[in-house]
Amino acid sequence: MAAIDIQNIVKTYGEKKALNGVSLSIEKGELFGLIGPDGAGKTSLMRILVTLLLADSGTAAMSGHDVVTDYKTIRNITGYMPGRFSLYQDLTVEENLNFFATIFGTTIKENYSLIRDIYVQLEPFKDRRAGKLSGGMKQKLALCCALIHRPEILILDEPTTGVDAVSRREFWELLKSYKNEGITTFVSTPYMDEAGLCERIALIQDGHIMDTDSPDEIIRRFPLPLYTVKASPMTEVLHALRSFGQAPQVWIFGQEIHFVASEHDISEDKIRQYLTDKNLKVDKVEIITPGIEDCFLWNMRKS
Amino acid sequence: MKRFIGFVRKEFLHIFRDWRTMSVLFGMPVAQLMLFGYVITNEIKDAPMAIMDPSHDTYSMDITSRLTSSGYFLSERNISNHKEIEPVFREGKVKIAVVFPNNFIQQAQRERKATIQVITDASEPNTANILASYTESVVLKYAMSLQKSSGMGIRIEPKMMYNPTLKGVYLFVPGLIAMLLMLISALMTSITITREKELGNMEILLVSPLKPAQIILGKVLPYFLLSFSSAVLILLTGYFIFGVPIVGSIVLLLAETMLFILMALSLGILISTVTSSQQVAMMISMVALMLPTILLSGFIFPVENMPEVMQWLCKAMPPKYFITIVRGIMLKGNGLDVLWDETLVLSGMTLFLMILSMKKFKKRLA
Repeated sequence: MAAIDIQNIVKTYGEKKALNGVSLSIEKGELFGLIGPDGAGKTSLMRILVTLLLADSGTAAMSGHDVVTDYKTIRNITGYMPGRFSLYQDLTVEENLNFFATIFGTTIKENYSLIRDIYVQLEPFKDRRAGKLSGGMKQKLALCCALIHRPEILILDEPTTGVDAVSRREFWELLKSYKNEGITTFVSTPYMDEAGLCERIALIQDGHIMDTDSPDEIIRRFPLPLYTVKASPMTEVLHALRSFGQAPQVWIFGQEIHFVASEHDISEDKIRQYLTDKNLKVDKVEIITPGIEDCFLWNMRKS
Repeated sequence: MKRFIGFVRKEFLHIFRDWRTMSVLFGMPVAQLMLFGYVITNEIKDAPMAIMDPSHDTYSMDITSRLTSSGYFLSERNISNHKEIEPVFREGKVKIAVVFPNNFIQQAQRERKATIQVITDASEPNTANILASYTESVVLKYAMSLQKSSGMGIRIEPKMMYNPTLKGVYLFVPGLIAMLLMLISALMTSITITREKELGNMEILLVSPLKPAQIILGKVLPYFLLSFSSAVLILLTGYFIFGVPIVGSIVLLLAETMLFILMALSLGILISTVTSSQQVAMMISMVALMLPTILLSGFIFPVENMPEVMQWLCKAMPPKYFITIVRGIMLKGNGLDVLWDETLVLSGMTLFLMILSMKKFKKRLA
């Protein structure tokens, strides 16, 4: 039995379709990432799973409990961290923890082993009000509160948004460690670079799941060679590449341009030649392994 | 149960940490009572008075001294000429002028009829009215004492029941309790619940094993206790500082107060279920609760004097019943035998609002 089983979930807000027939299956103990930009439907899906919203159609079950009929059970076995910091800012770190432990009918001591790694980081600030913590610390406290009752399933909605790079890495290290505890973690993020840290990911865009698999597999499935081009001036290079060959895909990637040609007879040299002919200054043309972001953009083209 | 206690504990922490909430809870009742007790009063003390007494005889001097010793007036100046009257009013030096005619005593004795002119500053109509009637009563009393000494005259002795000195505070204390309980119970609960929504706390509370009823009760219980102590605070201040009596049963009074608090709390919950921002909750509470409590409850303006439509509207206002009950118990010593119908209406309203608010409280976000 899958820890989280989502079948054909549809959710609309007025005219707007937030989720358009989403199906996913997440195994017990898995660290599963939901990757997609803002407005893709990540929060809606998570809220449906934690019984905060009702789907228009489709079913979902957590540890075999239906999210609509069995919502009371789910509220006991789920740890949820909303996208927005939702702890009590006027309570101290310790008071927040104690509060959440109490309402879940447990104590900090009881599940100390689970939260120890975070708690030792929070302990120096335990008398500080939650509102006065740094962004990273806030998120760690929120995670701690979501974990305090040793949930079977952890649902984290963009836990690393607005958190600095170092704290983000620490945060992910923590998430990985819960696998050993048998906790299923379903985490959403808009950061493509975090996708590689998950065991499996789903790419979501406009309420559609575009692809689901392990990050490596998704990358392996990338069908065509991907080139990175560094040349200037950028806008003209972009323009030129767009009309190179049959239905090419071009997107800006930082200082470079990623280019996918639908024909197989295109090579690095051919691209370099093409750009030089157009009087553009070419610094680099290289074939590279695509990243998740490339896969995401490639998939977007398909849909 | 442990979960519930934990929740209530948290709620108290919120309240005690927020000085604004604390000052509304405890500063407001006392401040309001002081305001209504001392500042907003219909009684007049030491109104500056001008006297024009050309005859300067025993009668006129007697009346003047009675006026000044009444405590209502303070002889500000003596004037000798009609022309001086207007300027002193215009300068705002005096609120009232008492003008005796020439040969006051002769007129009074010989013609059995003497006229005193009382001029008041009617730019403040209420004050003017009250001053004029005060003067009238002082002069009338004096006239009667004259007749009495000559063995004649009828004495009228009005008696003001329940509030013999017509103190404004007697009127305000019951109304103030109603107003403040509305404010604390309804406004504060609606704000505290919407705050949880606004800050996203509600999201995790709902996803916890806490039942909606536990969340509501946990939010409401601290405010129940605090508004109750606030009501007691008003009663104590009223009793010890302004001498407002509690003639009837204190137990009944406190029980009715609790009933009213329950009603106001349910209203607060109801407001919080229809809005998700603190601002809106505050606006609704202020406009939809405070104004009717002040204007349509008989707190300040008697319901009996209103147009019929407004009277019907008043009948839908819970504070009206509560104020009637409190006045009945405090000033008249009424028991349940007299106040049962008001109590019944109030209980009905409370029950209705409670059920409605519980029903409307959502166990999900939308």
